[in-house]
Amino acid sequence: MKLALGPLLYYWPRAAVLGFYEAIAAAPVDTVYLGEVVCSRRHEVPFEDWLAIGGRLAAAGKEVVLSAQALTESEGDLKLQRRTAANGRFGVEANDWGAARLLAGTRGWVAGPHLNVYNPQTLALLAQMGATRWVAPVEATRELVAGVLAERPAGLEAEVFGYGRMPLAFSARCFTARRLNRQKEDCGYACLDFPDGLALDTREGKPFLAVNGIQTLSAGVYCLAEELAALREAGVDCLRVSPQSSGTVEVLRTLRAACEGRLSSFDARKALGALAPGKLWNGFWHGRPGMQAA
Amino acid sequence: MELLCPAGSLPALKAAVDNGADWVYLGLRDDTNARNFPGLNFDDAALAAGLAYAHARRRRVLMAVNTYPQAGNWARWTAAVDRAARLGADAIIVADAGLIAYARDAHPRLELHLSVQGSATSHEAINFFHERFGVKRAVLPRVLSLAQVEQVARRTPAEIEVFGFGSLCVMVEGRCMLSAYACGEAPNMSGACSPAHAVRWQETPAGLESRLNGVLIDRYAPGERAAYPTVCKGRYAAAGEAYYAFEEPASLNTLELLPEFARIGVRAVKIEGRQRSPAYVAQVTRVWREAIDALQAGTFAPRPAWAAALARHAEGSQTTLGAFSRPWK
Repeated sequence: MKLALGPLLYYWPRAAVLGFYEAIAAAPVDTVYLGEVVCSRRHEVPFEDWLAIGGRLAAAGKEVVLSAQALTESEGDLKLQRRTAANGRFGVEANDWGAARLLAGTRGWVAGPHLNVYNPQTLALLAQMGATRWVAPVEATRELVAGVLAERPAGLEAEVFGYGRMPLAFSARCFTARRLNRQKEDCGYACLDFPDGLALDTREGKPFLAVNGIQTLSAGVYCLAEELAALREAGVDCLRVSPQSSGTVEVLRTLRAACEGRLSSFDARKALGALAPGKLWNGFWHGRPGMQAA
Repeated sequence: MELLCPAGSLPALKAAVDNGADWVYLGLRDDTNARNFPGLNFDDAALAAGLAYAHARRRRVLMAVNTYPQAGNWARWTAAVDRAARLGADAIIVADAGLIAYARDAHPRLELHLSVQGSATSHEAINFFHERFGVKRAVLPRVLSLAQVEQVARRTPAEIEVFGFGSLCVMVEGRCMLSAYACGEAPNMSGACSPAHAVRWQETPAGLESRLNGVLIDRYAPGERAAYPTVCKGRYAAAGEAYYAFEEPASLNTLELLPEFARIGVRAVKIEGRQRSPAYVAQVTRVWREAIDALQAGTFAPRPAWAAALARHAEGSQTTLGAFSRPWK
């Protein structure tokens, strides 16, 4: 089982981003997804700098993939999407059908988790267009993943979101700005103050969600550390870890040890529980509500 | 400008046709469409009767097959597409790319519309479906400003449809798993958001509480208007203060933008609400028919009676322009 580090969903200061990926260069991870997928207003790390970070990680032996923005609204968003698709150095993860259209006919791109691929027929279409990896939607169940992969196109790899706060929704509206009574276009880059998102509790004080600009995440942390055998059996090749503000390298080390059989799934889960910014949940994989642990 | 109106039942379809809908859209009684609610939607007999009623009055009927088929149940979705073609629906509304490819191959003459659940927000995405599968029209998610809708409309040969009125998805349609997160069912895979069987109302000493699968969505003080508990319309606490973190209960109403829609090349407006009553369909359809007729006669000016009629059917009796308004974002 390979390990991938998903794109950084949060907005961190530039120095924090650079330091984070310097540490990742030495971490046990096979693939690193880079780029801003959430909000086009974020500018601490411009596109050219993502390429430079990619160069550094590639030199350290990582496979580098540039993730395209999930929600495209403006012509500026589309320009960035074209630059990403045509970058010429690294693989690309398409997160909407516009990016898929730009990548069609090239080979070696990733059909990302926001493309909504729930069946083998849609995956076959993407494979025909040149996609060589599928990242399942975060709500995908074990049966769904196994069923899609039962008819896996030749040469196609499968990746599943395996650790991190679950990306649950996107909006045109910025909920971090809303919390501070600001408008999106005058947000003051408030996301910088919430390196793991802004926690939302229910009115009886239970952790529920986390707001990350226009994105909504789970408060709890998805964790499939105990499902490695089932993931392999379903045909999954790679597990995605989503970056968090502290402990990401430890998360990768723990999962690597579990994948290599050096750590039991029980101990892996225990170690990850101590590193996670919320409770560990795995309901989606088991066909249950995402905020449950099976 | 064409008017599309919802029908969750045969009486609602008739109400839409009788009050001036150009198109009526509907779905089957299962999870192949995004309003999979008990007691709602059409079986074959109702569908045949609805098609006959609409076609006799020269109106068209669209069938929504706009959820995502999954490995293991693909055949239910293709059967729905086949039924639409066999019974004579004028077009289908589809979201899944694989299913669109199936419809194109199996029924080359069946008109295809890209559902809002397909999450296509750019001309690049819409042109993909248009070029590859001949998709004739795309329904835009409720995320773009007027200027952005104009850019999209200019750069695609596909027809553009926008939402006019009804319950507002705050999140990008097709990309929201909040309901699945809380209760295990959401639009993409199950065709339902906050399904009624998972909703509980309870009077408590702290006030009336609404819960979704046990999760407290909101709590109301005496006299406060309670709203249906979808995750995105609940009140939650950040740093101790409870507030509508995503959106207050309110409905989208873009009636005042009709002349702008016409100017920038929007081809059709859609009324949300297949889960609503025939009376809702009749009254909302009538207002929008009058407004579009006035627009086409060159006499359009928003009327207080229109606003009042629509407000009666709005969530929380409030309306919003949603993403068409810059401050809303």
